[in-house]
Amino acid sequence: MHLNDTPQEAAFRKKVRDFLNQNAKPKDADNLKAARAETRESEADGLARAKKWQKKKAAAGYAAITWPKDYGGMGGTAIQSVIYNQEEAKYHLPRGYFEIGLGMCIPTLIAYADKETLTRYVKPALYGEEIWCQLFSEPAAGSDVAGIRSRVKRDGDDWILNGQKVWTSGAHFSDYGIIVARSDPDQPKHRGLTFFFLDMHAPGVEVRPIKQMSGGSNFNEVFFNDVRIPDSQRLGEVGEGWKVALTTLMNERLAVGMGESADAGDLLEIARDLETENGPAVKDAHIRAKIAEWYAESQGLKYTKMRTLTALSKGETPGPESSIIKIVSARKMQDIGAFAMEMQDMAGVVSDGELSPFGAAFQQQWIWAAGFRIAGGTDEILRNIVAERVLGMPADIRVDKAKPFRDLPTGR
Amino acid sequence: MLADHCPLTAVREILESNKTHNTKLWNQLANMGLLGAAIPEKYGGTNMNMLELCVIAEELGRALAPVPFSSSIYVAAETLKATQNENAKKHWLPKLASGEAIGTFAFSEKAGAPTFANTNTAFDGHKLSGTKMPVPDGMSANFVITTAKNKKDQAVIILADANTPNVKRQNVRTIDPSRKYATITFHDAPAEILAEGDKAEEMMDRILNRSAVLFAFEQLGGADAALEMAQTYARERFAFGRPIGSFQAIKHKLANIYVKNQLARSNCYYAAMTLGSQEESADLAIAAATARISASDAFIFAAQENVQTHGGIGFTWESDCQLFYRRARTLSLVIGAQRRWKERLVRLLEMKNVA
Ligand SMILES: Cc1cc2nc3c(=O)[nH]c(=O)nc-3n(C[C@H](O)[C@H](O)[C@H](O)COP(=O)(O)OP(=O)(O)OC[C@H]3O[C@@H](n4cnc5c(N)ncnc54)[C@H](O)[C@@H]3O)c2cc1C
Repeated sequence: MHLNDTPQEAAFRKKVRDFLNQNAKPKDADNLKAARAETRESEADGLARAKKWQKKKAAAGYAAITWPKDYGGMGGTAIQSVIYNQEEAKYHLPRGYFEIGLGMCIPTLIAYADKETLTRYVKPALYGEEIWCQLFSEPAAGSDVAGIRSRVKRDGDDWILNGQKVWTSGAHFSDYGIIVARSDPDQPKHRGLTFFFLDMHAPGVEVRPIKQMSGGSNFNEVFFNDVRIPDSQRLGEVGEGWKVALTTLMNERLAVGMGESADAGDLLEIARDLETENGPAVKDAHIRAKIAEWYAESQGLKYTKMRTLTALSKGETPGPESSIIKIVSARKMQDIGAFAMEMQDMAGVVSDGELSPFGAAFQQQWIWAAGFRIAGGTDEILRNIVAERVLGMPADIRVDKAKPFRDLPTGR
Repeated sequence: MLADHCPLTAVREILESNKTHNTKLWNQLANMGLLGAAIPEKYGGTNMNMLELCVIAEELGRALAPVPFSSSIYVAAETLKATQNENAKKHWLPKLASGEAIGTFAFSEKAGAPTFANTNTAFDGHKLSGTKMPVPDGMSANFVITTAKNKKDQAVIILADANTPNVKRQNVRTIDPSRKYATITFHDAPAEILAEGDKAEEMMDRILNRSAVLFAFEQLGGADAALEMAQTYARERFAFGRPIGSFQAIKHKLANIYVKNQLARSNCYYAAMTLGSQEESADLAIAAATARISASDAFIFAAQENVQTHGGIGFTWESDCQLFYRRARTLSLVIGAQRRWKERLVRLLEMKNVA
């Protein structure tokens, strides 16, 4: 397994550290408690700060380490990208604005768009000047992405789009989006789809924020009312949108990050601060056992990522082992949040950041995890993928593949 | 009655406002004599029996009723029933039965398991000083039953009137704003003793045992309602051209919830029998802890997997899934976390084996 830097990697790591030291503030300690002591900022402030930072990062070549130089990348290796991320995680930097665009949208463009399009769109995305979102899910098409009902009709050199998307993260601050829509409802569902990118500021696009269980609004409903999309913004052939969408979804599985969430080390820390009815929480055998279980899971994930990396460093295709990462981490996030609340006992209900340990980070994590178990592929869908694609189990018998889309039964 | 007068929109109304509880529903419960169901006639109740109260608790749980019933009745009234302080009994029990007063309990002071040993609240014989946090229904309560230490450093259970200038309270934001909590500070607040020394420890055991059974019924009602919500959605929602309930992953999820709910129901019924028997049954403590553990587990699991069954819509503010997700967690912590009840249960089992 790839654990120690080679001399070249060590040199790269040093270069990265120098860059970060010059441009960002290191975290005092690598834990949640310290991160939480940071002042909270509004989304607008965060976005402005993120854009500024992204510009510096891109200028130094770190915004797309593995992409070819032609597209503004560094032409570096996957390992270099991991090294960069490891180092960047040690600094206070804004996150969560460019991941979807750079992790999913632009890679799809790179796979399907022409040179001219790439010249126009890739650089502004890399430099944080333009933000992208992913317009896939609809009210009746989530796990079943191919169940899309948004309609596109050809009109001369343009297409006219009508319909609705939902759960679109970041649509409210995005400039462009990638979208799959139905171009032919008489075809079976996977065959009548076409893929585009579109201007989120175009006439007829309306973004309405959705309030989440957590109280905030990071995702949106997006409505399309006779929106014109030039045919030059089509990616892939007419009717082959599903194929293009799969490219995006494959990137999604690599791009889905869990953000900063509390882990076994944070539990150990809070256990040191709290008391049970029998003395210090950190001495309680049950609590110790729980911390151990989650530590083992976290390390398992960490070294699973390392195995992927090792394969990459040898120029091999990574194995399917990385498909377990989201299954484990989303649930772990929920359980750790809940268990820390248990340790806080009656006061575990308190979500006021001034009164609750770690600025109520555990309470927030417990709420958010309910969404992470759903976003980017639900627990159940990811298990189906492991069973079918990794373990070779026969797929579910499909009732929806052969019939024309318009004849399929629908529920609510 | 609850189905008519306490739809989930009434729960949401409290969640989204500064109101402490649904006063209309509270008055209705009072008018129907349900608040005094287990309070002796001598003190203004109807003295039906504890089983009656268990049935009410389950229905309140099913409706996620935003009223201070648990604080006022499962805990405050049950505590007063056991005190030898006849004055306190005569003064407060009739008011609890009529709904004229709301009582609550304040054991926790900060994060971590609250005990008599680690309480910083002091009682000098007449006056109480200290801060309790978080106190359920602390904003609406007329009196508070709290834990403290006396001058001899012994455990005491105290009753303090909440409406005196020496008692300050402030709303506390929690994960479930459909039930309000407070921080309460006592500055030399006039207060009286309900139990002292060994008697206080005994009374605390009684409070925990009896309220655990009632809370377990409330949790059971919530768990069943969450399961029903998930069942309904799984039948109606389509993916891949079929109802999501036709996928084995969802079927097994619902079946697993049902299994937990039924185990909890059986444990609740047995606990209700031990609670209902005339003389305090020796089995009550074990049965109560058992019911508490399985009902907490059932409601938490049902509420969490109800969100999961709903997919994206389940994570929205607009969906009622959040009401269950929040309440299940709150109820699992309100009289001490699962971890503590598990510890308590095994300690009780050890003692029983020795005896
Ligand atoms: C926080 C968040 C952010 C999101 N951001 C975006 C975004 O930026 N862009 C975007 O396009 N989408 C986004 N989504 C949408 C997300 O991809 C969908 O919510 C998700 O794929 C589930 O779809 P659904 O909500 O329609 O649930 P459904 O597909 O209706 O699922 C309901 C339940 O049925 C189960 N189920 C469905 N099919 C099967 C099956 N075959 N076998 C077993 N069980 C099954 C599911 O696991 C789930 O438990 C986001 C969602 C969340 C929660």
